Amino acid sequence: MLLDYTSSAHYVLALLPEVVLSVWGMGILIAGVSRKHQGGAGQELGWLTIAGLAFAALANGWLYFGVAEEAATAMIALDRFRLFANWIFLLGAGFAIIVSLPYVARQKLQAGEYYSLILFAAVGMMFMASARDLMVIFLGLELMSIGVYALAGFNRRDRRSAEAGLKYFLLGAFASGFLLFGIALIYGATGSANIAVVADAVRGGTAVGALMGPGVALLAIGFAFKVSAVPFHMWTPDVYEGAPTPVTAFMAASVKAAAFVAFLRVFLVGLDGLYDQWWTILWWIAAVTMVVGNVIAVVQSNVKRMLAYSSIAHGGYLLVALVAANDVAAAGLLFYLLVYTVMTIGAFAIVVTVGNQSERNSMIEDYTGFGWRRPLLGLLMTVFLLSLAGFPGTAGFIAKYYLLLGAAEARLWVLAVILVLTTVVSYWYYLRVAWYMWMKEPEAADGPHVAAVTPLSTHIVLVIGVALVILGGVFPDVALDLAAASVDGLREAVGGAAAAAGP
Amino acid sequence: MTDLLASLRYEDWILHALIWLPLVGMAHVVVSSPERAKNLAFAWSSIVFVLSLGLWWGYEPGGGGFMLESSTPWIESWGVSYALGVDGISVFMVMLTTFTSAIAILGSFEYVKTRRKAFYALMLLLETGVLGVFLATDIFLFYVFFELTLVPMYFIVGIWGGERRIYAAVKFFLYTAVGSLLMLVAILYMYFGGGAGSFGYEAFLNADLSLREQLWLFAAFALAFGIKVPVFPLHTWLPDAHVEAPTPGSVVLAAVLLKMGTYGFMRFLLPFFPGAAQHPTVVAVMLVLGVVGIIYAAWVAAVQPDAKKLVAYTSVAHMGFVVIGIFALTLNGLQGGMVVMISHGISTAALFLLLGMMYERRHTRLIEDFGGLGRAAPLFATAFVITALASIGLPGTSGFVGEFLALLGTFETHALAAILAATGVVFAAYYMLPMVQRVLFNKLDKPENRKFPDLSRREIVILAPMVALMIGIGVHPTPILERMEPSVQRVLERVEGAGAALDSASAGSPDDGPPGYAGDAGPGPQGRVPATTARED
Repeated sequence: MLLDYTSSAHYVLALLPEVVLSVWGMGILIAGVSRKHQGGAGQELGWLTIAGLAFAALANGWLYFGVAEEAATAMIALDRFRLFANWIFLLGAGFAIIVSLPYVARQKLQAGEYYSLILFAAVGMMFMASARDLMVIFLGLELMSIGVYALAGFNRRDRRSAEAGLKYFLLGAFASGFLLFGIALIYGATGSANIAVVADAVRGGTAVGALMGPGVALLAIGFAFKVSAVPFHMWTPDVYEGAPTPVTAFMAASVKAAAFVAFLRVFLVGLDGLYDQWWTILWWIAAVTMVVGNVIAVVQSNVKRMLAYSSIAHGGYLLVALVAANDVAAAGLLFYLLVYTVMTIGAFAIVVTVGNQSERNSMIEDYTGFGWRRPLLGLLMTVFLLSLAGFPGTAGFIAKYYLLLGAAEARLWVLAVILVLTTVVSYWYYLRVAWYMWMKEPEAADGPHVAAVTPLSTHIVLVIGVALVILGGVFPDVALDLAAASVDGLREAVGGAAAAAGP
Repeated sequence: MTDLLASLRYEDWILHALIWLPLVGMAHVVVSSPERAKNLAFAWSSIVFVLSLGLWWGYEPGGGGFMLESSTPWIESWGVSYALGVDGISVFMVMLTTFTSAIAILGSFEYVKTRRKAFYALMLLLETGVLGVFLATDIFLFYVFFELTLVPMYFIVGIWGGERRIYAAVKFFLYTAVGSLLMLVAILYMYFGGGAGSFGYEAFLNADLSLREQLWLFAAFALAFGIKVPVFPLHTWLPDAHVEAPTPGSVVLAAVLLKMGTYGFMRFLLPFFPGAAQHPTVVAVMLVLGVVGIIYAAWVAAVQPDAKKLVAYTSVAHMGFVVIGIFALTLNGLQGGMVVMISHGISTAALFLLLGMMYERRHTRLIEDFGGLGRAAPLFATAFVITALASIGLPGTSGFVGEFLALLGTFETHALAAILAATGVVFAAYYMLPMVQRVLFNKLDKPENRKFPDLSRREIVILAPMVALMIGIGVHPTPILERMEPSVQRVLERVEGAGAALDSASAGSPDDGPPGYAGDAGPGPQGRVPATTARED
């Protein structure tokens, strides 16, 4: 089916996954209000939410395989890049919800609001991926952020959660301001907020340089906040530590993924012509992010905080793909985000389990002997950690290798060396969890995690996650081809747009 | 025998079976009960060992290229394939691995008493990893296996090790990872910069690299393998890992994991960067590091109160012989290096097993706690003496053949290095013989040692084949030497051919293309053929 936007129904079709999810989110909200806290209602609502995600994923699949757009000029992109990214967000949201099920029940959180906020945040992410207009990116970003601000402070009875919510909100609003001001300046410089038009203006040299430079810089700062790149990462550890752990998992995986996807489209497509000016800045940000994230993670004794710094470090690896700015790197970024989503949420799911569906036991000492007490969970955690470390045999290695491949094609050898050396640093803190789990003998016979209850649903999602991680490490071909096909034409689209939207 | 193997279509499946059967065994161990785990693990590793014996007949030396080759696309979009093959260098490493894995598993029956299922599963996983390293002919695949060996070893040292096991395990892991990750970047550089376009061995050989590029890439590869070997200043992880590792861990570490480094030198470093390998500065540096390693490690070993640490340092010294043998760039030197690798794999593994038996009986490894064991346990003492003599290279043992050839080969090109290294043989006697004397002879003055039980039947089964191999190779090394010669020759010709090409290019004379080492060209490249084939047997 070909969409040319001659009828307004085409817009609905082009946004089908987003529409499905929005409607579903409202439904969940209403259902939550009417059946608050009654028995296992929270669990049912959770599963209902997952059904909505599944429908959205199906709609997304229909768009991916069955629908094409006529020209790359509309505000909403209908390219495979967006649709592949959508799957990543939906997968992340689904995993996060399954991990949340026992947590929400145990902490007596308002299930309806909780799950619908996750859905709305996911809709925001999908808008960010689909935006071919800077304003749509901003709207998507706000939709996502507001949902996640509320989620971060969702546990009102926990002071740290409230602190995390407030901190995230204040700094996030600040970052949004930067982003919006950047958009305004770019609009002033080029006369449009449409990425394709901006790209043409930049290439054609008609953009006003005095406005364009600051605009790009502010835009970069706004995105750097959202992907928590150093030196704009200060909020990350506190927010990740304080937020309810399943929300942290969702933030670390999906929010970051959405920010990266939009970052990539704006910089690689819209501002491609200014590559010579922005690549050194991003080069340094990437290098510093990898070094600082990994080095600070080494000294963390709180596992949630350690994973927060580790997610900063992963952001640094992903920035390498932006600096490389070629098709291999773009596909690598998509593949990495997919793998990163699975392994990050997997690792956080174990943190939730060790914490006994609460915020306790998050120090590394609490993991002493966990492996031998709960061999299956210990083994799964070990695989997730090895994958996060990028060890061969896991999808994390293939993903990291993909990024290196992109860097190598762009001849960024120094950045590649920094990437692998900081990876060695990361081995230290990932392995530290493993050695606490398997190599240290617990002092007391009954550690904190003896009583830990893990519902079947968590087990299932973890086993699926590990299966994906191993499968992606051993037989990555299908996913690699899909990722490579998804960036096909992403960057060439601009030239076509220029022709189609020509004067 | 050859007919039997042919009727089984041995060559079609053997390499795959060697790699994946230990993994099947691992799955079997995991689903079994802890009591049966050790027998199952031994059974599976024995099956793998027996199957690998067929390579002695199945591998036909000739041409020197890879035999029993197979290749299936693995990650097609990146040009990665699951390609296996074996040549005269790797065939012995494979057999050494299957042999020592089975022996190490048998040797851990008494030593490992806790968490047995996990232990034997990890041992089998380790075997898969190491065999993959020696059999892979695709660089990507090689790298995956090379890294994969780290994980099981990390857990074996970290869980079943001694007092400072976590420190040792992490140090081992991080040291090795630094080198191998830099090698990954170098591999990528060759893939792109070198214009190789595929990760196949032949494609990498044909990569077009300037001397400057070769030197950088050489450094990255040499660092990765040099840490593994370990070459002198990079060796500090080894004593820690050896001392803290449980006996079977030490055995596998000494016998095969270190060989992955020297194997990498021969398989990748020399053929990929022949220009760099011939560079006088590079050769000088490597020879100096080798000689310093031999002498320094011998001196350090001599003052160790802990017998296991002493043996750990002897590993560094032995690997020094391999390094000088390889970088002498002569046929004798390379062959000597190979034989030292095999001999060290057997004798040091046996020493670690013997020390493990001492530890199981007395729960100490300090030399001063023993004395006069020769009277209490004559069989044990006999095995100990033979192994120690093989380790220091007494004529008639495998150690002598290797060290003699390595020194001879080094003497042909670098006499001074050979003379200095030869003093290492003397120092070896200086550290090993007093240890043997203080443990086995002297007075039987400690009451605990009077009841020191002699070897059990299981222990005899472990040690007998090892002692037989040490003496067998020492007396009649020809079958081994003639099997490895074509492949070693090929490495040498590749290096020298490229050196000649570089010389002629710098002299401005017309260059007739890259040196003849295209893998499919078969034997007889036009490089200079070394005249020395004299051997002492």
